[in-house]
Amino acid sequence: MGITEQEKIAFKAIGNNERDAIELVYKENYGLIQHFVVYNNGTEDDARDIFQEAMMVLYEKAKQPDFELTCQIKTYLYSVCRRLWLKKLQHARRMETQIENFDQVVTVDEDMEDHEKLTQQYLIMRTAMGKIGEPCKSLIEAFYVHHKNMQEIADFFGYTNADNAKNQKYKCLVRLKKLFFAQYKNQ
Amino acid sequence: MDQLQLAENVEKYLRGQLNDAEKKAFEEARQHSAELDQMVVEYQSFIEQIERYGDVRKFKSTLYDTHQTLQEEGFVKELKVKTTTRIINLWSRYSRVAAVAASIAGITALFISGMITLFSPKTPFNDIEELRRKVSSLEKQSSNQRNELNKFKSKIEPGASVKFGGTSFMIDAKGYLATSAHVLKGAKKIYVQNHEGEEFLAEIIESDHNADIAILKITDVDFKASKQLPYGFAKTSTDLSESVYTLGYPKDEIVYNEGYLSSKTGLDGDTVSCQLTISANPGNSGGPVLNKNGEVIGILSARQASANGVVFATKSKNIYKLIQTMRESDTSNAIKIHNNSSIKNINRSSQVKKVQEHVYMVKVVLG
Repeated sequence: MGITEQEKIAFKAIGNNERDAIELVYKENYGLIQHFVVYNNGTEDDARDIFQEAMMVLYEKAKQPDFELTCQIKTYLYSVCRRLWLKKLQHARRMETQIENFDQVVTVDEDMEDHEKLTQQYLIMRTAMGKIGEPCKSLIEAFYVHHKNMQEIADFFGYTNADNAKNQKYKCLVRLKKLFFAQYKNQ
Repeated sequence: MDQLQLAENVEKYLRGQLNDAEKKAFEEARQHSAELDQMVVEYQSFIEQIERYGDVRKFKSTLYDTHQTLQEEGFVKELKVKTTTRIINLWSRYSRVAAVAASIAGITALFISGMITLFSPKTPFNDIEELRRKVSSLEKQSSNQRNELNKFKSKIEPGASVKFGGTSFMIDAKGYLATSAHVLKGAKKIYVQNHEGEEFLAEIIESDHNADIAILKITDVDFKASKQLPYGFAKTSTDLSESVYTLGYPKDEIVYNEGYLSSKTGLDGDTVSCQLTISANPGNSGGPVLNKNGEVIGILSARQASANGVVFATKSKNIYKLIQTMRESDTSNAIKIHNNSSIKNINRSSQVKKVQEHVYMVKVVLG
């Protein structure tokens, strides 16, 4: 089954973190995934975690300029969830039960590899951010995540002028870089 | 050009904020300097990483919000799993066999237990000793005297019967403590006392007797929340033989003990808890068990009376679970616990110095 224009728009919108599209996809697919996980030895929490991780994969793919979704969002989400859940079951050595099949699946092997790599990188950055301490963390986030300009940052953090804030941001960035690459290169 | 200015230029270049002349000069410099080129490449990937980190966090929070909203609106609700039908079928089919099997098993069990009572030596019935402490009147008196000296007036009314003591520790600096549920048995009022001897009134807000965990909240007006806890809470299980330590109040002073993880399961293979080899005394119950990174891996709960040094602790993931269930039933209780410890790379005695500030003695006034 191919993908409709409407789904293509929703898919792109997920990449832009648009709440309406996310809510729509959530509403249309959560039930299926929840059913799948809960009926295959999972809990309600497992279902939520697996579904949200699959949404994360969808988000990563939507942000990737050269990726094109060739199947329905439902099929894609289900395939990813299936993979994630199988892996978790194997990990917990609860493989006595055969996974019940609900629907058709597509191959997502490569996408899962990408996802694991990105998750690793995210975790390394999160750890590094946790280690640089305050006010560094908030300062870096204000600039790179919330895209505030130096004057706003200076006002908010109480630096006398934008240059002082810039100086401080630079010091923080050097520290973050050091911490990040120390882990990143070990990967 | 100093480093700061250079970095700024690289960033401006990457963001396309240089004017044409500057851009040209920069690109020329880049062609001639492998060092600068390397710096640009590294900067680019690094800043992409920071931005992606930010985007992922924003997306995760949207997902979380969406889930919350849909749950409130009733689009997302728990499934009622129907497993009963199958069990009933099996039951009706095999009830006769089961009855025969059960009676044989019953007779065998009676016979064996008869043999055991006949031949085994007399042992104490309770093999497990809970580590809560009986506070004798003498100890109470001395603690009162000490409190007077410290000019901290005890808040416990004189004459109230303080029967049992245990240990508890902060899980959220806002005043939420974790301890063992059995420590609080029969409590009318609960006071917790920090290592400086200050007492605060607390109340039970949640407990799980199966996992032997209770969560207390300090309700005392005198209590001032501290900034952040030095330790984190491990989400994964600890490896066998890993070194662990605990702080607790087997007496009126805080006491440190260390040992190691000896089994990933508790008594009779209980998966909720794990087994430690550590010296612990009554009063250590409810104390935190930390690993070398300063992460709480569990809560001390009981020891095996028949074996020396064998102690059981509830795994820390049960704390996460309990908080999760609280969050589901009541969203106003915003307890936040985190898994990163800020004392990971410092030596044990400095760790202990920081941790002890957040370990409290529990005094239970019986009703």
